[in-house]
Amino acid sequence: MIEFSINGRAVSVDVDPDTPLLWVIRDEVGLTGTKFGCGIGMCGACTVHVGGRATRSCITPVSDVAGAEITTIEGLDPAGEHPLQQAWRELKVPQCGYCQSGQIMQAAAFLKDIPNPTDADIDAVMTGNLCRCMTYNRIREAVREAAAAMRGEKTNG
Amino acid sequence: MADTLHFPPHKRALPDLSRRGFLVSLCAVGAVFGFPKPGAAAMDPAAPDGLPVAAVGATYEPAIWYWIDTKGIVNVNIIRAEMGQHVGTAIARILADELGANWDDVRITHVDTDPKWGLMVTGGSWSVWQSWPVYRQAGAAGRVALAETAALLWGVDASEVSVANGLVTAAGNSASFGELVAAGITRSFTEDELKALPLKSADELTLVGKEVTALDIANKTTGATIYGIDAQAEGMVHAVPLLPPTRYGSVITAIDDSAAKSVKGYQQTLKLEDPSETVQGWAMVIADSHWAAVKAAKAVKVSWTPGPAATVDEAQIQDYGRKLIADESTGALLDTGDSNVDPVFAKAADVFEAEYTTASVLHFQLEPLNALAFRNAAGVWEVHTGNQWQSLALPWLQTALGVGDGEVVMRSYMLGGGFGRRLNGDYAVPVALASKMLDGKPVKMVMSREADVAFDSLRAPSVQHLKMAFDADKAVIAMDSAVTAGWPTKVMVPGFMPKGTNGEPYDPFAADGLDHWYDVGAQRARAISNDLAESTFRPGWLRSVSPGWINFAVESFMDEAARHIGADPLQFRLDHFRATGRNAGEAPNATGGATRQANVLRRVAELSGYGKGGLPDDTAVGIATTYGQSRSMPTWVGGAAQVHVDRASGRVEVQKIWLVVDCGTVVDPNGAKAQCEGAALWGLSMALFEGTEIAAGLPRERNLDSYTPLRMIDTPEVVVEFVESTEVPTGLGEPGTTVVAPAIANAIFEAVGVRMRHLPITPAEVLAALAG
Repeated sequence: MIEFSINGRAVSVDVDPDTPLLWVIRDEVGLTGTKFGCGIGMCGACTVHVGGRATRSCITPVSDVAGAEITTIEGLDPAGEHPLQQAWRELKVPQCGYCQSGQIMQAAAFLKDIPNPTDADIDAVMTGNLCRCMTYNRIREAVREAAAAMRGEKTNG
Repeated sequence: MADTLHFPPHKRALPDLSRRGFLVSLCAVGAVFGFPKPGAAAMDPAAPDGLPVAAVGATYEPAIWYWIDTKGIVNVNIIRAEMGQHVGTAIARILADELGANWDDVRITHVDTDPKWGLMVTGGSWSVWQSWPVYRQAGAAGRVALAETAALLWGVDASEVSVANGLVTAAGNSASFGELVAAGITRSFTEDELKALPLKSADELTLVGKEVTALDIANKTTGATIYGIDAQAEGMVHAVPLLPPTRYGSVITAIDDSAAKSVKGYQQTLKLEDPSETVQGWAMVIADSHWAAVKAAKAVKVSWTPGPAATVDEAQIQDYGRKLIADESTGALLDTGDSNVDPVFAKAADVFEAEYTTASVLHFQLEPLNALAFRNAAGVWEVHTGNQWQSLALPWLQTALGVGDGEVVMRSYMLGGGFGRRLNGDYAVPVALASKMLDGKPVKMVMSREADVAFDSLRAPSVQHLKMAFDADKAVIAMDSAVTAGWPTKVMVPGFMPKGTNGEPYDPFAADGLDHWYDVGAQRARAISNDLAESTFRPGWLRSVSPGWINFAVESFMDEAARHIGADPLQFRLDHFRATGRNAGEAPNATGGATRQANVLRRVAELSGYGKGGLPDDTAVGIATTYGQSRSMPTWVGGAAQVHVDRASGRVEVQKIWLVVDCGTVVDPNGAKAQCEGAALWGLSMALFEGTEIAAGLPRERNLDSYTPLRMIDTPEVVVEFVESTEVPTGLGEPGTTVVAPAIANAIFEAVGVRMRHLPITPAEVLAALAG
């Protein structure tokens, strides 16, 4: 049994310790908002927070998160009203949407570290997340908007 | 730890933690008992559980495309796949506008396969163009029926009744749609009556061209959207395929799973026999969970006799393509009017020719291929997956399963990217076969990224040869062109191939782009199928299909030809857009013809500052123009790219892209812009960052460690401008892609004077060109 908490609830799973956290979240816990894209940690679709840090769950063995606090897209904000989610809707960022859970989770952890990012900061961090629909310009703008909103600033957008 | 939840065995004991998981499992229970009838399982991308809205009370169904219930809800049936284009929102808006509905009352349902829907395909950038007349007629039918019903109730003439914003009013009376449906509407329309209905004029439309909420977006920000990979059914087992060394002709000689037996959750390995021959030499590893199947698959040893393509590589395919082009008897001749170029070339004062090539390109849609298949309680096979061409996949599934019409239904899920990969539904076949071997038990397959790529229906490599004849005054007097690649339509749906003027069939999706709107005198356009490519892998339709690679050649060539005779590349193009003869364009789809293409080119040159100079060293703007996807549905595009070339590294930095697009009426302005932005960046990605090669019969690059699509850090600003128009709306998903690669190649030439004739344009090749 490996125990950890996910979105504020304690869970205990009976799986092989080398099972990637991604498949535990999707197939055992049943939260499917976190996506499988490449399996080698290079697309970012599987990004969740482990202890608040953006983590690629497809290459993270579940044994590594024993005792940790996990947050998935479903737990980022109970009502789906995180400023990033609001900005994503306002700017109509998603196309197919498949990468967007990972994009939003990556951005949420990033804005905790750097609340007032430059475009170069946004590019440097978010470039690890592939968007095959190529919504990059809207993602960049939405991160900027959400950062401003979280700092309590009004923007022109 | 009393509050701790244990997994397994109580996998689904988390309703408060995961309302979605709970609802999905409810949905899955529905699946396991069988849906009441095929067509009852469908999807609403705005509902948190994906379940379509249920009608309250009676419904009125003016056409099969929607119903209105007693609450006034307007539920629009969408036969197109949602893969990022917000297609349901665009199509429902067309209907709602004509009907006079309130947008807040509109719901959409992505329907399952049923013969009544006719051809189910989402590709070719056709969705809005094809839906426009049909859904307008359907909306008008509802409006007429509501008005007539109200007129009868109120004792007024139907012509006095107004239907707008969800309300029906006349002479002091007012009723909601729901009230009138409750009162009973029986009016029905024949096909002829539908076609004769009065439609609103462009200035009467209130939803088309305006901002409305895109119905699929909100769920895509909360993780609630249900893709094929999220499909579940009670009691399902998990499958991971073991792929053969070649796409065709490999035969399994032995399977040794002794080492897999110690993997917890491993069940067995199935050797698939496929009567449809879609998958040849496949084995499927079956396990209790996906991860157990992955682990077991690593331990199962399969031996194959490889198919003949095991020794084929990309260079062979391309060399073979060159031989095909050199043989003038090969290929289909497109209808270009006068194709008798030989005598003109014989008397030409000057000839310019060039060869262009493009490498294999992967779809790499982010959601790896997957499907869930089982036989339901009614004995019907259900295939749950995201798919772009259900009408193509259904017969394959029927053949594979050995069943007849009506015995397979495909349930529509959201697509984690299509880009043409899911036009080819081959990936559903092995899942159905595995389920059949397990007596209809639900089998869910998720392919690894590496397997997804190995099995990709990639954009085949191409060779293109273009030749132009000039007279003594440097006037263009003829053009001869030949292109070859593997043809997707030939190998998957040959009946879709039209015949050339020489009677030879051709794949329009491997020929479109060659029959351009430039007036070049005698013109021969030859499209040739590369059968070595076709016997090696299954060529696919990839976003923008042949206009994505043929225009790299045509628009690079126009630049080169202009420079060859000392003309300005912009003026040279404009001079040859003469809207006469076959280039005058026909109403309704191509009204204006070459005039509209000249207009977008002129505008993008102005917008981008093309030819104005004033940029730093080794930096320049290049231009290109296309007519989008086909002459029958032209979307006129002007494109420009500003690049900087680093002479030391050979790296090309694209600093800005401009698109000017004339797609007729813009139905969904924000969605249209989003499609063009994405399309332009696909063009950039394929021009500089993507591309693989066939090696030993399969794509060499298999994952993101070596296949490197565009990332945010290399993404430039994209400016999109639409031409104001009330003409017929044409397609938008792909045309933006078609101008970008040639605009970049032309900009590189402007910047540093080297001509890049192969895609992708890599730093190594730029360096070599600079040195050479």
